[in-house]
Amino acid sequence: MTPTVVLPVIIGGLYAAGVYLLLDRSLTRVLLGFLLLGNATNLLLLSTVGGAGAAPILGLADPAEMTDPLPQALILTAIVITFGVAAFLLALIYRSWRLVRQEVVGVDEEDRRVAGRVGTDADELDPDDIPSDDIDLPHASWEDR
Amino acid sequence: MIRVLTPLPVLLPLLGAAAALLVGRHPRVQRTLSTVVLTAVLAVAVSLLLLTDADGASAVSVGGWPVPLGIVLVVDRLSALMLVVAATVGLGVLVFAMGQGSADGDEETPLSIFHPTFLVLMAGVANAFLAGDLFNLYVGFEILLTASYVLLTLGGSAPRIRAGVTYIVVSLLSSLLFLAAIALIYAATGTVNMAQLAGRLADLPSGTQLLLHSLLLIAFSIKAAVFPLSAWLPDSYPTAPAPVTAVFAGLLTKVGVYAIIRTQTLLFPGGALDSVLMWAALATMVVGILGAVAQTDIRRILSFTLVSHIGYMVFGIALGSAAGLAGAIFYVVHHIAIQTTLFLVAGLIERQGGSTAVDRLGGLAKASPLLAALFFVPAMNLAGIPPLSGFIGKVGLLEAGVAAGWWLPYTVVAAGAVTSLLTLVAVSRVWSRAFWRPPSQSPAQDTFRAAAADAGPEIAAAPLDGADGEVVPIAAEPVPAGSSRGRSRRAAAWARHSAVATATTPSTDGFGEGRAGRRALRPLPWVMVTATATMAALTVALTLLAGPLYGVAGRAAADVLDGRPYVTAVFGGAEDVP
Repeated sequence: MTPTVVLPVIIGGLYAAGVYLLLDRSLTRVLLGFLLLGNATNLLLLSTVGGAGAAPILGLADPAEMTDPLPQALILTAIVITFGVAAFLLALIYRSWRLVRQEVVGVDEEDRRVAGRVGTDADELDPDDIPSDDIDLPHASWEDR
Repeated sequence: MIRVLTPLPVLLPLLGAAAALLVGRHPRVQRTLSTVVLTAVLAVAVSLLLLTDADGASAVSVGGWPVPLGIVLVVDRLSALMLVVAATVGLGVLVFAMGQGSADGDEETPLSIFHPTFLVLMAGVANAFLAGDLFNLYVGFEILLTASYVLLTLGGSAPRIRAGVTYIVVSLLSSLLFLAAIALIYAATGTVNMAQLAGRLADLPSGTQLLLHSLLLIAFSIKAAVFPLSAWLPDSYPTAPAPVTAVFAGLLTKVGVYAIIRTQTLLFPGGALDSVLMWAALATMVVGILGAVAQTDIRRILSFTLVSHIGYMVFGIALGSAAGLAGAIFYVVHHIAIQTTLFLVAGLIERQGGSTAVDRLGGLAKASPLLAALFFVPAMNLAGIPPLSGFIGKVGLLEAGVAAGWWLPYTVVAAGAVTSLLTLVAVSRVWSRAFWRPPSQSPAQDTFRAAAADAGPEIAAAPLDGADGEVVPIAAEPVPAGSSRGRSRRAAAWARHSAVATATTPSTDGFGEGRAGRRALRPLPWVMVTATATMAALTVALTLLAGPLYGVAGRAAADVLDGRPYVTAVFGGAEDVP
């Protein structure tokens, strides 16, 4: 049983694309990036089996020709976990959208406040960087720009 | 006996969570249920600790599969000790949360969701401590993390969602790294059972070992918030409800520390990355505590001290000696209790003073001497003032560091002493400002004005009566009326934003004194005070019981360093669950 070169290439591509998307500020892209990374890791688990074999069911094939069933069990668990977390992230993105009409990650105000205490750094604070959380004014922040 | 007890810390909270969901409409039943469940878990954990301390480690193969194939739950002195502390802290926080819930009319923490999620979190923590194979450890992590996502974003307000996103994305990344590490370990050795891995990993080429070792350490260091990977913690913890932050600060990072202990002793006992860990410990201590000194919000100060003191534990583990590991285990126990108590006290301070921002507090010692005592004793304990358990833990670690006898441990010992002093600076600053200072000296009585001043020169220059606050050259072009309105509203939104970030609400009546005055008059709910006082008493009890506790920690460390008791328990004694 010889392992295939296709899997490592796909895994690498998925990891690269996943990390790229994860670094975005848009939460939907972060979610997509997470899904890609999850799939890449599942493929990595799958590739630990080596080459493909027969279905691991007793009576259908000789145990020597069977593929290793354990990674598949692990992948199944990992898929379920990824699915649940992705659903939660979707709910979070929707909530974030309802709150601020934007689904980008906000700025940590307290951090900025601490940084701003140094007088010379105060000029670097740009209110336009910070999404307004003003629910009463749905599109005010858009109009301002 | 022990075989029946071992799965219970995982099973009871999970069943309890299901039952708590079913009775979600009856808060009283739900409260009784989760209290009973966690009390039972505590009882089981204590008996597990007594049994393992007497008879040594033991293992249960769940589902009756033969040992290397199925899922094994292993309980040794270390995991039993961690279970006891986790159950104690969980119970204390649960009672505190119930007190807060009944006092607030369930606005801040929707209890029908809180109780089942909290029980699931405890099940995940217990599963991580008991897991006998890497994949089950991963599942334990995922259970507790998923529960923590829900707890952190309870109520779904804007700051919590913002903080929750950082936390969730970082946690997801560490989980994926861990899973990738498991895949590679399985590819290299053909097993995920930790006892079996202990034998097989040693046979791998050193390069492969190093790769697997560092992958695991990176994944666990993110969870434990070890320095270069700790930035997420002070960013996400402070916004959550007080009991949630308390249990997160106490338990979640320590699960990561526990996993690091297992990695360094059972899986990779050679100590290949010990000096890297020691550098990380040094950086964690120093950077964390410098962050704490720079902060002005009590919860953020506590979050940074949390990061900083993780460094002590990592240092003990990195020493690789029995004394170092015993010190680390004792310090974990001490730190879980102390950090949880302090975050609970921060919750009480917020109720009493209306804020956790040090600048907006004052005169708390006079307003509530009990609260002052509840803060003072754990705070001094955290800083390591002599008779208390923090001092004992630090001395144990520093002695073990000196005993190692070369320059890097000496350096970390020096950094540890400095960190301890700086912790004292950070907490005594909170003490002198929030508790000792008369309220009239508090510089920021007007929350709105302060928030506007914080927001930068542009907004601060804006008159507060809602007029135009343009700083771009006004003469250049006539400002449209709509824009002017938008600007001033934005300034208000800005102030609100900043105020929310510091856990205060901008006062609508112009000045904050009226509100703060009303707040201070409100008595603290006795359930919350009792829960916090019990936790504080426990931290003092840790000092009184330090002898026996250090004995258990020492025996646990010896077991863990030896590694053989663990492996024998899994392969020698495992039978089916009756």
